[in-house]
Amino acid sequence: MSESGHRVPLLEVEKLEVSFFTQHGVVRAVRGTTFDIARGETVGLVGESGSGKSVTSLAILGLIDLPGKITGGDVRWKGSSLLNRAGLKWVKQVRGKELAIVFQDPMTSLNPLFTLRWQIGEVLRHHLGMGRKRAEERVVELLDLVGIPSPRERAKAYPHELSGGQRQRALIAMALACEPELLIADEPTTALDVTIQAQILELIGEIQQRLGLAVLLVTHDLGVVAGVCDRVVVMYGGKIMERGSATDVFQHPGHPYTAGLLRSTPRIDLAQHRMIGIDGSPPNMIDPPPGCPFAPRCPIAFDRCVEPPPFIPAPNGREVACWRAYDT
Amino acid sequence: MGRFAIGRIVHGVVVVFCVAIVVFATSRLVGDPVGVILPFEATHEQRAALRHQLGFDRPILEQFGEYITNLARGDFGTSLLQDRPTISIVLEHLPATFELVFAGIALAILIAVPLGVVAAVRPGSLVDRMSVSLSLLGLSVPEFFLGILLILFFAVELGVLPASGKGGIEHLILPALTLALPAVGRLTMIARSSMIDQLGQAYVQTAKAKGIPRWRVVGIHALRNALIPVLTLSGWELMRALAGYAVTVETVFAWPGVGYLAFQAVREQDVFLVQTIVLVVAVLVVFVNVGIDILYRVVDPRIKLG
Repeated sequence: MSESGHRVPLLEVEKLEVSFFTQHGVVRAVRGTTFDIARGETVGLVGESGSGKSVTSLAILGLIDLPGKITGGDVRWKGSSLLNRAGLKWVKQVRGKELAIVFQDPMTSLNPLFTLRWQIGEVLRHHLGMGRKRAEERVVELLDLVGIPSPRERAKAYPHELSGGQRQRALIAMALACEPELLIADEPTTALDVTIQAQILELIGEIQQRLGLAVLLVTHDLGVVAGVCDRVVVMYGGKIMERGSATDVFQHPGHPYTAGLLRSTPRIDLAQHRMIGIDGSPPNMIDPPPGCPFAPRCPIAFDRCVEPPPFIPAPNGREVACWRAYDT
Repeated sequence: MGRFAIGRIVHGVVVVFCVAIVVFATSRLVGDPVGVILPFEATHEQRAALRHQLGFDRPILEQFGEYITNLARGDFGTSLLQDRPTISIVLEHLPATFELVFAGIALAILIAVPLGVVAAVRPGSLVDRMSVSLSLLGLSVPEFFLGILLILFFAVELGVLPASGKGGIEHLILPALTLALPAVGRLTMIARSSMIDQLGQAYVQTAKAKGIPRWRVVGIHALRNALIPVLTLSGWELMRALAGYAVTVETVFAWPGVGYLAFQAVREQDVFLVQTIVLVVAVLVVFVNVGIDILYRVVDPRIKLG
């Protein structure tokens, strides 16, 4: 990635490694992930289930619980580590305040036994020391911001009284409560209807413009990334396959995995487009071989792919981890 | 709420009526109270006269009809041995039972919930395995045996607590503990598994991501959800204690409550007193059920009464 002096990264993830120590063996979920996000930027973290993208986002927030452990690398927020002794304390202060996350399933991500104003208000009471009254007033404003109709009444509602789309809006309101600088959206639309998906993405884009926050959009949906992201990071088998500007990556995928993903994504802009799946299934992450994790499924793999490929650079800070980069 | 109340009252009346049928039938078909009241050498005529006086020689349906009409008027019958209205005898013994049962179940909940939560936070840890072993031990020991063990140890061996009877708080400790420990076993198991279940839910992840302290995530967000099954079982424990365990525990400790009264009434074949005890306990069980339903609503907004 081009680390030219003028771009000050808000978040830096460097050679991050996360493993889960299970009874069946050590699952190496993330194996050396490196990327960064600048203020106001939107970065897409793309990959299929099991690629390590969600684990990466949890690791950034310090939410990896046993049997999981961060086994290497670093996560830096505004230049300081969140993983050293001081960082572990610091992450508790910034989590939910400067760094917020919206999870995948709005149906289960809200506590069913508390009202919206209590749950959302809790963030304000905790981080900003607001009193109950002031927090409740602010919750109404937040619900209004995320487009929930008659927010004053809805604030008193319980999660089961809301639709899926409204619940996701409420979760976004919760994440935005303290005006964070980075919003991690972990598959924010996967569990929603297609029409609602578009609305939620639009909402995130709108709020980003208004509040100037950075967004890390974690998704398996390349269509979503193409529409909203400045840059994209493609993950597979716990490793980064390719990163670069969204336009470059989608127009000229440099990695055979990205190319395969694009071919398997439905498109409405190309009438002749035929969807082609990728043969095989994602790798077993217990003791994976050191080479390219995609090699067993790769149509252009050759002998050398058993060795870990280096990042092959191209203009615009583009990088591709493949021995046959840009061959596709 | 109004419909809920009416439905509950109707339901309760039906339950109590059914209990009345069963109690009436059993008390008329099993044993002969006349043999107990009259001395062994009483003549056949004397027995027949008493039977007639009590109405036992009339058709069973007629007796039942009279019994139900009397009940509706608040007349529960007269004790054969004490010659007093049975209901006043039962009501005199009720406070002692309440004291024992509420103390026992409250103690059980106060021990079981924290124990279950601590165990659930670290499954597989030493604390967790100890709590599981303790629960298994607790729910495997029968009340009468546990009561006797506690008496032997604390009253006979150490001599620090009274073995039986009712008096100050020191009299309450052993019987309440006897009632509580098996309940602790069952409640800890439920609290633990329910808490483990809740801690794995997505909303717990959300709560952690908010940056609030861990004790709030566990003690407020997860615990309130985990309490729903605990509430169900606590209600069941309360009913079982009132309608069953109280008899054993009160008898072992000579605790002057309804359970001990029931034991005596059965032994002396005081038919009308037994009938009244069972009916009153049935009414209590119905009340506890309604109470639990209302508490559900307080804890869980998804449940609508009615």
